[in-house]
Amino acid sequence: MLHVAGREAANSPSDLATAEALVVENLSRGDGHCACSLTVAAGRCVALSGPSGSGKSALLRLIADLDPGTGTARIGKLARETVPANQWRRLVTYVAADSGWWTSPVSAHMSDPEAALRLLAELGMAEALLDAVPENVSSGERQRLALVRALIQRPRFLLLDEPTSALDPESVLMVEKLLMRVKREGMGLLVVSHDPAQIARIADRRYVLSRAGLTEIVP
Amino acid sequence: MTPIDLSFVDVLLAALSLMIASGFSILLALNVHRRLAISAVRMVAQLLLVGLMLRYVFAISSPAITLLVLAAMLAAATYEVYSRQQFRFGGWRRFGLGGLPITIATLFVSGLALTTALREAAWLDPRHAIPLLGIILGNVMNGTSLALNAMLTSVQREKRAIEARLSLGSDRFQALGEIRISATRNGLIPVINQMAGAGIIVLPGIMTGQILAGMDPLDAAKYQILLMLLLAGAGTIGVIAATQLCVFAITDERHRLRLDRLTAMD
Repeated sequence: MLHVAGREAANSPSDLATAEALVVENLSRGDGHCACSLTVAAGRCVALSGPSGSGKSALLRLIADLDPGTGTARIGKLARETVPANQWRRLVTYVAADSGWWTSPVSAHMSDPEAALRLLAELGMAEALLDAVPENVSSGERQRLALVRALIQRPRFLLLDEPTSALDPESVLMVEKLLMRVKREGMGLLVVSHDPAQIARIADRRYVLSRAGLTEIVP
Repeated sequence: MTPIDLSFVDVLLAALSLMIASGFSILLALNVHRRLAISAVRMVAQLLLVGLMLRYVFAISSPAITLLVLAAMLAAATYEVYSRQQFRFGGWRRFGLGGLPITIATLFVSGLALTTALREAAWLDPRHAIPLLGIILGNVMNGTSLALNAMLTSVQREKRAIEARLSLGSDRFQALGEIRISATRNGLIPVINQMAGAGIIVLPGIMTGQILAGMDPLDAAKYQILLMLLLAGAGTIGVIAATQLCVFAITDERHRLRLDRLTAMD
């Protein structure tokens, strides 16, 4: 069980085994975006890299069902289309590189403030940030807060779009340490990153997306 | 007291105030006189045409012609709501988003009035149905277009925040909730201001017209109260229906935000 929140997951269908993988088959946005297939096993981290504009963010958004497209996504036998969209996104949560915030203090964005405090401590961030208004905190802090906001909802799979792009090296390592912890606890991660060193540190599998398609890089 | 009989010269003299205002615009280089003049000419032409047409419709008093006029008014109001939007939909949403709420609100409240307070009037008597539907429609149209414009502009501006909510598992109504409430309030501002200022700050147009036409002020006030309540009810129904419908129009069945359905106007 994940330790990011002190409560049982209330949003996962009972027939969903924790060890089941996220399977993506021929997912495409159309308009020249290649049909992508990949698998993210529970408790594993898959890294996705590739040139800008190749469709990495689009792929993550398609998996989270935020954009229309063709192809399928499922967790084990649980097909995305058979689950209400909001429930699917609680199971497979997308965190944008520059996530949006609404005009309330940061604490109002956190579904479990106690879990948020524990995660903030783990990331070396001040508790006072919860009282701040999102637009008044730095982009690096917002990026980590967005990660916290998603983690406390305890998704089965987390789709992270350049989660450390606005961070200093020390903060990057703290985020990676946190990601490795939740991974060990069973969460599957699909991370977009342009940093080969980071990919080497955190990823179990690596894919490169280009106009030609999605290719697995075997070390 | 008998109504003051207005001649065309009297009406033209009333335009003097506008001419004086336009003179100031030219003098102070405010550059609004041209738009004022065009709007005034357009208004005069529209009202004279409507006056002539209503005289004809009242004279023949045919339910079919009355229905035709009402349908034309609803169609014109629908187009007006659409044309006032800064961001516009294509397909059925182009006119459905404005047309459906204003039609529902206007017909419901007009029907309510014609079966209750104005029950002595025949439903399709053009002398009652057309002016009543017209005044209700005008109000609903204003509120609805304000609310829709506010909502679609906010959705464009707050795209990332809405998608963050959706990503975290909110459904479309939760994700668009604050924007919908704010747009609804925006659309209701004219209705609320109108009621708040009535009688204290301004004498409403209908009451003023009836007093000038010779009606007892208390009777005129009663008519005005009746109309204002109808307008407020219809305006609110229209705005709520429009913002609700807008949630469906701007998202799809998988609760995705579909800004690709919108086109920005210059």
